[in-house]
Amino acid sequence: MRLKCPANFRIIRLPCTGKIDVIHILRAFEKGADGVYVVGCMEGDCHFKSGNFRARKRVEQAAKILDQIGVGGERVKMYNLSSGEGPLFAQYSIEMDNKIRELGPNPVKVALQAKKQAA
Amino acid sequence: MIIASKKPIEEIIQEVKDYKRLLILGCNECVTVCEAGGKKEVEVLASTLRMHFIKEGNEKKIEERTLERQCDHEYLEEIRGIVDNYDAILSLACGVGVQFTAEKYHSTPLLPGVNTCFLGANEQRGMWTERCQACGSCILARTGGICPISRCAKRVMNGPCGGSSKGKCEINKELDCAWQLIIDRLRDLGRLDDYEIVAPIKDWSTERAGGPRKVVREDVQV
Amino acid sequence: MSLRTLEELKASGELRTSSKLEAILKMGHLAVTSECGPPRGSDPKAVTEKAELIKNHVDAINTTDNQTAVTRMCSLAACIHVKQMGLEPVLQMVTRDRNRIALQSDLLGAASFNINTMLCLSGDHQSFGDCKQGQNVHDLDSMQLIQTVRRMRDDGKFLGGDDIKRPPNIFVGAAANPFADPFEIRVPRLAKKIACGAEFIQTQCIYNLDKFEEWMRRVRERGLHEKVFIMAGMTPMKSAGMAKYMKNRVPGMDVPDEIIARLSGVPKDKQAEEGINICVEAIQRLKEVEGVAGFHIMAIEWEEKVPEIVERSGLYPRPQV
Repeated sequence: MRLKCPANFRIIRLPCTGKIDVIHILRAFEKGADGVYVVGCMEGDCHFKSGNFRARKRVEQAAKILDQIGVGGERVKMYNLSSGEGPLFAQYSIEMDNKIRELGPNPVKVALQAKKQAA
Repeated sequence: MIIASKKPIEEIIQEVKDYKRLLILGCNECVTVCEAGGKKEVEVLASTLRMHFIKEGNEKKIEERTLERQCDHEYLEEIRGIVDNYDAILSLACGVGVQFTAEKYHSTPLLPGVNTCFLGANEQRGMWTERCQACGSCILARTGGICPISRCAKRVMNGPCGGSSKGKCEINKELDCAWQLIIDRLRDLGRLDDYEIVAPIKDWSTERAGGPRKVVREDVQV
Repeated sequence: MSLRTLEELKASGELRTSSKLEAILKMGHLAVTSECGPPRGSDPKAVTEKAELIKNHVDAINTTDNQTAVTRMCSLAACIHVKQMGLEPVLQMVTRDRNRIALQSDLLGAASFNINTMLCLSGDHQSFGDCKQGQNVHDLDSMQLIQTVRRMRDDGKFLGGDDIKRPPNIFVGAAANPFADPFEIRVPRLAKKIACGAEFIQTQCIYNLDKFEEWMRRVRERGLHEKVFIMAGMTPMKSAGMAKYMKNRVPGMDVPDEIIARLSGVPKDKQAEEGINICVEAIQRLKEVEGVAGFHIMAIEWEEKVPEIVERSGLYPRPQV
């Protein structure tokens, strides 16, 4: 099965989305990412019982922080799907890609680039 | 333990905006357990502030450090060599840690990053509740192990007041009436007769009212 | 109890103070008190006009102490206005706003005006009032305030142990709420207040007569009615709306559904009259309950109705002392 996905995102694999922390999401933005999305198992199907629920909470916390500093909480999102749903995975990546294009680049990255050019 | 809560990010931004080089200093004790000022919270706050100030065109040097405790000389000494690299320290310790650090590093501005709330317990994940007001003269033996000073809104020593309704306090229907809890426990212990012992007028001089307090233990001093 | 004359009472040596309320209760009369809420301003007429409305129908007038934690003219000043009209004030004192220095000091101030009757309370929490961000004191609680007053009066001593020159001469009362929870300690709690030195009790507003009578039965079982004068608290309802508010919003208040149904059952313009009827009927029923020593009629901002309630309840004229 060959599916079309946008080529501009990097996949970071985790043993479980429950492993993700707010700081991982924030660091991605600090390093210049324009958006982050977390893809976990279907709710109720977590092998570790509540990993994906924890992930959702942490994504929400990260979104709140990004809103507070004007980076934009919509740049981070949680998705759930099961391992057999490749097409859905592709669809979510396209959806996220479109969303980020609509929002434009991460303002932190823009500020850093502007500074580099000035120097 | 001491329970603290994070200060709003807007308030922290206002506090630190004029300093170029900032150390965010966490504490591994109580504030780590109540998830307000441990290593993790230091990381998140540092990242948040770095991004905010870059975006504002006001890039700062923001670094992170977490000490075992900020209420002890020996751990605070660990940063003596680096303190001069910073224009200010944002401490995520409780009010004790912030002050002790300030006393030690007299010429460095110290800013609090949390609100220190109370002495409490980890009642459930993400919920901490008050248990003690450190009055300095414990009466729990007479009140079924439940403290009316910290848990009654009027710190009534001979309660409950007329506002106790269906086990809840008049000020908030979510809040247990401390005296209902005391009476329930005395009953379960078969000691309800103790309820009729009048609690004497309390000596508050060992509490905040008596001025800043000190415990001296000559037996452990060297 | 059979009635005694004031002369007989004086001769018996049972009078502890010169409180008019004490004399009337100990003579064996059903006493009647009412209250004047001081104003949210400094005009003394707000007190004296209310007192004027009720003065011939009550034995003493309570002045409330920043009730519901809303800032008002102080209770002591209001008492002095009442006293200067030649009437008998009851000084209400809450432990919320003053520490033991201020409480003792205000007691001496009251005694200096020969204010002879007081009621000790803890006071509503400040979160109900207009200073939600304020501190509360609660250095003493209401029981400890009762003990303090008795110590000052009977031993002539301050809490600190020093002698008082001309100790206060004050008849001491306390509140009781027969309806608050937990019900099982309501009577033990009264016993505790009596042990602390309370000489009379004014209860929370009574609407659930059955529950009140059950409480009184337990009070009599322990013989407490012989150790303290219990005055039943009465507040006439102005409307069905007020009854619902009291039921749902006022902590420690027990308003049975029958009361609400009865008020709702009459047209709006007749509800106030029905409220008075309910109050009068309740007084008539409770007059017969052994151990009820009088009535405390709290007609909130409705003082003009007190004479009617007292007359229709058969409590008029008041005994002269």
